[in-house]
Amino acid sequence: MSERVAVRKTYKLFIGGKFPRSESGRSYLVQSSNVSLASRKDARDAVVAARTAVKGWAGATAYNRGQILYRAAEMLEGRREQFVALGVPGDEVDAAVDRWVWYAGWADKLAQVYGGANPVAGPYFNISAPEPTGVIAVVAPERPALLGLVSVIAPAIVTGNTVVVAASPSEPLAAVTLAEVLATSDLPGGVVNILTGAITETAPALAAHMDVNAIDLTGVIDPALATDLEVKAAENLKRVLRPASADYDWFADPGLGRMTALLETKTVWHPKGV
Amino acid sequence: MFEYAPAPESRSVVDLKPSYGLFIDGAFVDPTDGDSFKSINPASEEVLAEIAEAGAPDVERAVRAARKAYDKVWGPMPGRDRAKYLYRIARLIQERSRELAVLESLDNGKPIKESRDVDLPLVAAHFFYYAGWADKLEHAGFGSNPRSIGVAAQVIPWNFPLLMLAWKIAPALAAGNTVVLKPAETTSLTALLFAEICQQADLPPGVVNIVTGAGDTGRALVEHPGVDKVAFTGSTDVGRAIARSVAGTRKKLTLELGGKAANIVFDDAPIDQAVEGIVNGIFFNQGHVCCAGSRLLVQENVADRVLESLKRRMAQLRVGDPLDKNTDVGAINSAAQLERIRELSDAGTAEGAERWSPPCELPERGFWFAPTIFTGVTQAHRIAREEIFGPVLSVLTFRTPAEAVEKANNTPYGLSAGIWTDKGSRILWMADRLRAGVVWANTFNKFDPTSPFGGYKESGYGREGGRHGLEAYLNV
Repeated sequence: MSERVAVRKTYKLFIGGKFPRSESGRSYLVQSSNVSLASRKDARDAVVAARTAVKGWAGATAYNRGQILYRAAEMLEGRREQFVALGVPGDEVDAAVDRWVWYAGWADKLAQVYGGANPVAGPYFNISAPEPTGVIAVVAPERPALLGLVSVIAPAIVTGNTVVVAASPSEPLAAVTLAEVLATSDLPGGVVNILTGAITETAPALAAHMDVNAIDLTGVIDPALATDLEVKAAENLKRVLRPASADYDWFADPGLGRMTALLETKTVWHPKGV
Repeated sequence: MFEYAPAPESRSVVDLKPSYGLFIDGAFVDPTDGDSFKSINPASEEVLAEIAEAGAPDVERAVRAARKAYDKVWGPMPGRDRAKYLYRIARLIQERSRELAVLESLDNGKPIKESRDVDLPLVAAHFFYYAGWADKLEHAGFGSNPRSIGVAAQVIPWNFPLLMLAWKIAPALAAGNTVVLKPAETTSLTALLFAEICQQADLPPGVVNIVTGAGDTGRALVEHPGVDKVAFTGSTDVGRAIARSVAGTRKKLTLELGGKAANIVFDDAPIDQAVEGIVNGIFFNQGHVCCAGSRLLVQENVADRVLESLKRRMAQLRVGDPLDKNTDVGAINSAAQLERIRELSDAGTAEGAERWSPPCELPERGFWFAPTIFTGVTQAHRIAREEIFGPVLSVLTFRTPAEAVEKANNTPYGLSAGIWTDKGSRILWMADRLRAGVVWANTFNKFDPTSPFGGYKESGYGREGGRHGLEAYLNV
């Protein structure tokens, strides 16, 4: 009896909760697999999916968003071996699971910590609360491919933003596999969209896109490209998170900065009286 | 309407000098190349003083002075001592508030009752508020060891000259930064009087530097490689240019830009109060307010009633001498701004909206524009899309709350919004959906140092005021 022939996996993009190939029909070879080489059109399609998802996701209760992020941690935990087989170190997978859990818990607490009542000098009820900025374009760090990716996606979406992420071009398999985790985590389609391929192709399209509200340049290593993307982002005054320093420790406590940088503060006034 | 006798505030409390230098390293100095420009009273076109125009070498001097003060004095100083300097400044502002208010109205054209009763109390309050933060930064929620940034370049507009100065300088100093501030070229005088107050407070030299001048001075300051933080309040176009120019640098940036706020009136709103709110929303400070309620969205079934009341109320507005205590609407700040208001108003007429102003006599000299409303405005009209920054209101109608939200959010701006309704659940529903940084419900144009202010979308990023206002001046 001959040995069983394995079914090989096709690595595709993740847009609007679906797994399409690149509309360009192109791919590139990584670890003996062909991975989709996303085009500018794919980036634009992903922005449309992300925008469509904003209303439902930002409008979901914080409790619900926290549950879904926690569910992503559960799904990732269950696929630990799959990531290890792809070459992701076990302790990195563990850290990525823990990071989902950490951010999941912030969903229904951040408004209490970051917002609050303002004691104005007058008879007014006055309260400030954080709100999501909208559609966030993210250039994920090159490595660690999985922990870096989770560390930029989770803080952006936990507060109700939706994201279009350009994943690590050199290690995209973890990103596509994470997409499978998210697709089975009750995350509404379009909240997270993941593009594989060349940053130089997708990131400029995202930075120049007038329907993207903020851009996270964490993973951009080339300073000239970072500057170019920031200049493009100025056109509609996107909020910009600048590239991380080369020695950034992805395993350390991330603090609140990655969440608060992608939030607006809304202040509501109402008179008090009888 | 019965006539009031004129009740002019006295000018004698203000000592104007014929010319003013730059305030660098604790002293007034002449600009390197001796350039100057005239500051005029927009209500009379009278020349008030000659103002020095700072060139690149002057900006260089100012940034160097700020750096030295940061490294040697202000940065290392304990927060409790910085607090005491800020308290001193706040007290001096209160003690000299009449002088400051008169000078503000002379230089800016705003009614004395506004500079006296709104601007100056808020200016002092901002220094008091942030004085209290200077020795409590580790409790501000930005981690246990928040650090100052360094030298802040601050460029402010002409609509609230002293208030914008206070919004910028108070949190910067409280957090331990030093500043170089450029006031707007048409309204430098109160900033220079503030410089005297810094001297009177014995503030260490170089902690606050003031460079006067126009766009070129501002550009030289913002682009100076020696500044660590840029804060700008002004037009969206200039904000965009600044965002481009700091790209690729380590400078931290916050922007407070334009707005085109919707002021939404439902049929169950208390109409008289709403009309007061509409008037305050657009005619306060001659409409030179970035968060002005310049788009009135009124529910269709009460539109006629609201408009009738609004017109009757507008006919009561007294336009004229800013120093008269009875004046409601003062002078337009500059000839250039008057030209822009006229151009956009003409576009409103040309595009088919219906224009109305109350009968009102405008002074012959100076820059004046009568309070104006446009009805029959559509969302495509320029007067509904572009910021006019003058006493011009565009009126649109809606039928359902969902339509009101849709129309209110149909703008690239997102600074503020107003809601007028008796129904609490509707206020909260609306407030959730409006994409704006400040939402006033059954009130409008309220400000307080404890309360964060700032925009969504193309109205800029960052918040001023409150605990959030510190974030812009700390490495967090």
